[in-house]
Amino acid sequence: MIVLKLPSYEEPPKGTHPPLSFPDYASTRLRAPSQPLVVLPHRLTEVTGPLFGDERIRPGDNDLTRQHDGEPLGQRIIVHGRVLDSDGRPVPNTLVEVWQPNAAGRYRHVNDNWPAPIDPNFTGGGRVLTDANGHYQFTTIKPGAYPWRNHPNAWRPSHIHFSLFGRAFTQRLITQMYFPGDPLFFQDPVFNSIPDPKARERLISVYDHEVTTPEWALGFRFDIVLRGPAATPFEEPRP
Amino acid sequence: MTATTPGPAGSARLGLTPSQTVGPFLHIGLPWPDGPYVVPEGTPGAIRITGQVIDGAGEPVPDAIVETWQADPDGRFAHPDDPRGAQPPALDGFRGFGRCPTDAQGRYEILTVKPGPLPAPEGGMEAPHLNVSVFSRGLLDRLVTRIYFPDEAEANAADPVLNAVPESRRGTLVATPDGAGLRFDIRMQGENETVFFAV
Repeated sequence: MIVLKLPSYEEPPKGTHPPLSFPDYASTRLRAPSQPLVVLPHRLTEVTGPLFGDERIRPGDNDLTRQHDGEPLGQRIIVHGRVLDSDGRPVPNTLVEVWQPNAAGRYRHVNDNWPAPIDPNFTGGGRVLTDANGHYQFTTIKPGAYPWRNHPNAWRPSHIHFSLFGRAFTQRLITQMYFPGDPLFFQDPVFNSIPDPKARERLISVYDHEVTTPEWALGFRFDIVLRGPAATPFEEPRP
Repeated sequence: MTATTPGPAGSARLGLTPSQTVGPFLHIGLPWPDGPYVVPEGTPGAIRITGQVIDGAGEPVPDAIVETWQADPDGRFAHPDDPRGAQPPALDGFRGFGRCPTDAQGRYEILTVKPGPLPAPEGGMEAPHLNVSVFSRGLLDRLVTRIYFPDEAEANAADPVLNAVPESRRGTLVATPDGAGLRFDIRMQGENETVFFAV
């Protein structure tokens, strides 16, 4: 028999991730499974995952303001941070994918038809790899808020979508980064679907004056924490 | 931001970043032109897996993305955390990973090869399978499922994951022959709901 010693990944603490069924977010009603999830203990397919490198990055992918002939309208910002696991270890050389609407809150997408202007100089998609310390950085414009039809007078707070792979299937994460002080949080069921208010706050970026570039762009910091190793058994202190 | 939570014996762990939905506009950020190709077109033994993502009202889901991850035909991964050692793929151009957004009819398609069986840490073998993640508007977290192969009855019968699923629902995890390829529909809710896993 082959003895396999696999890396372990913690179970996410309760309240960290939103439940699949969250009726305040109307689209969950027909899409959340009705049967309970079956626990899948981690084996080889779960502790491995795709490891992407430079082959997935094209020139300009890290600067969403430089993907067209002209400059997009709006507030230029630099978003940066680190991708870590919950033990604080950096996740190096990992692919980070982002997408967002333009400064007026409109996505460059055939299904986004609300009457805000399209910006011909902004597509809204980007990609970066983290460096050896797990650090990433990209330049973009601050996305606008936009209305949707989830509930009366519903507006999504400004946000940037983030997709992360980490190093294993267990670490795959897609999330949204928000901006500090947004007045729309109170009525947003996507943000408020996260049960633990402290976990919710972890999705709010922090204004970072160190990264703000004089006469150029405002800086925001957004660190991302992926599942780390399962906790080692607690040792009772000796008497 | 990265707040620490006190752990046992004064250790501090960082709080995990919560999941959020991909929303309806994932196409700006996620699809790749070569995404559906786990192996290049023309690879010997390549299998086309197609299917539909269907919601609880029986309607196709046109704004989902389906991702797959699997071992190569020898049952190996080009990954340092495989304790048998990372092994370059047995096939030229094999990526292990596939991703395909659904079209207006909720359909996705992946071109791949059957992976080898895998030794399980508790002993025994896992039958050939693909791990699947589904993301869409209305999913606040991904759905995880597995695709098994219909011509692997014996291996499937011994598979520890299939055996942990109630027998009446196991069939939702096995693809069905469909012309020259395989079909694997993903029913998010309701009748014949696909088995989804907590990983």
